[in-house]
Amino acid sequence: MRRGIGERMWAFAVWTLVGFFVLNLLAMIGSVVVNSFGTRWFNTWLPAGYTTQWYSLAWNEFQLPDILMVTAQVVGAVVVISGLIGVPAAYAMARRNFPGKQAVMFLFLLPLLVPPITYGIPMATVLYQAHLAGTIWGVILANLVPTVPFVILIMIPFVEQIDPRVEAAARVFGAGLLRLFLQVLVPLLTPGILAALLLVLVRTIAMFELTFLTSGPTSQTLVVALYYAVFAAGVRPGQSIDAMAVVYMITTLVWLLIALRFVNPTQIVTRAKR
Amino acid sequence: MSAARLPLHRRLREYGLDSVTLLVIPGVLFVLALFFYPFLYGLMLSFQPKAGGWLANYTKFFSDPFLYDTIRITLVMAVPVTVLNVVLSVPVALRVRLMRHQRLLTTILVIPITLGTVMVAEGLLTYLGPRGWLNRTLLEFGLVDSPVRLVHNYWGVMLSLIITGFPFTFLLTLSYVTGIDPALEQAGAVLGARPRERFRRILLPLLAPGLAITLALAFVQAFTVFPSAILLGAPAGPTRVISVIAYQAAFEQYDYSLASAIAMLMAAVQLVIISLLLAARSLVFRGPASTGKG
Repeated sequence: MRRGIGERMWAFAVWTLVGFFVLNLLAMIGSVVVNSFGTRWFNTWLPAGYTTQWYSLAWNEFQLPDILMVTAQVVGAVVVISGLIGVPAAYAMARRNFPGKQAVMFLFLLPLLVPPITYGIPMATVLYQAHLAGTIWGVILANLVPTVPFVILIMIPFVEQIDPRVEAAARVFGAGLLRLFLQVLVPLLTPGILAALLLVLVRTIAMFELTFLTSGPTSQTLVVALYYAVFAAGVRPGQSIDAMAVVYMITTLVWLLIALRFVNPTQIVTRAKR
Repeated sequence: MSAARLPLHRRLREYGLDSVTLLVIPGVLFVLALFFYPFLYGLMLSFQPKAGGWLANYTKFFSDPFLYDTIRITLVMAVPVTVLNVVLSVPVALRVRLMRHQRLLTTILVIPITLGTVMVAEGLLTYLGPRGWLNRTLLEFGLVDSPVRLVHNYWGVMLSLIITGFPFTFLLTLSYVTGIDPALEQAGAVLGARPRERFRRILLPLLAPGLAITLALAFVQAFTVFPSAILLGAPAGPTRVISVIAYQAAFEQYDYSLASAIAMLMAAVQLVIISLLLAARSLVFRGPASTGKG
């Protein structure tokens, strides 16, 4: 196709915009990382000297070992339970047409479309009445609300790709439902399950609103602890807050990179939002 | 098995009800118990105020400017940023679709979405602060005389909504754009349509339904902005958004009834805006409902 001067200027403008956005994004992340290692930083481009003391300070002051432990427990439980509920449900949704299927599908879509803070406040109220909020189980239940439907919606196309004759053959040879799942479906669905559960993992580490509304002092995850640290800025040196932010970023981004081996970046927003 | 039970069993199977279908039940019960029930419970609770008649929470909300003004404040923040993000996403997505190595760019752009609003708020506090790199650059180039105030006001929250919102609308738009068959545009070019005409007459109509959904999703996200409004904004004044007062009612005044009423109003505003968008979409778009993938 012939490209006129107008089109080339337009392309230049678009790339400038993208470059400007990416530059600011990287600078934002960079300034957090640099600040977390800096000694004093006034009116210069870079800090006067470098140190790792803020990390040991953050480690002790913010009780990072406890917080990381809680985060690992919450995330682990959410990943396992949403897989156990979500994968069989996705199988049923993909393979059967039953009355009310449309309504069930709508029910699964809603928690993904309604923003967490809107349903989080009534949900936290119910969890407080059940004496579950403030405990680690309250946090896990709250986080399962968006992740169970998320797993279901991701897994449906993966199930649909499997040839139903494979299952029929297994049934003919006498496999029950449990055996069908363990020996036929799970091995065939492994790529889909990995993708779904890794995305659940990343989303749960970063899920602020639901955890914030339902957690107590002993059930905070890393992102909620980071919020409280930033909220109470001034109490502690800013560098130690940034050190904690770096710990959070590393935790999230390592899992994001692993997840991106199995999914396309565009799928992170689209799969769940259909 | 008795002869009487067999037909029932068979008949249920005809309807698609067998042991496999039952696997959906745990998921359904879970969403009903922790999403649907709390929502109904919240709706009922909002009509049982601490004091006054059954509508007291709502009359209180709409008579106290400190409360009802939050809807205006939130819209003033959410509407411009949503429109800006979507309008910028379209040309960028149309350009990136032609790119061979999209993966690096999309990976970089997915980072702010993954990090979440709390982390972006902390990052922007450092980066946009009076001694941050942005103000240093502006001072160095002589663009400003004294540091620009970009945090603890409207602009801080606005910028955080762009940092997390633009990648979201962009990736969503990209998925719709790549679903359009490039042959359609080539056919337009062969028939002599200029790029602008091709965009207006071919791409935009095909993209319109996807853009309506992108606008709706981006809007509800911006409308429920919460952590950055507190950390990066001025939650007592210009960024006193509706989620902040809902949170304060529930967890600072322990008035769960009022908090539920505010949450219901929040949902109602979202519903109104989304219905308007979808109505506009059905007015603008009158073609086959599918644009292929996307």
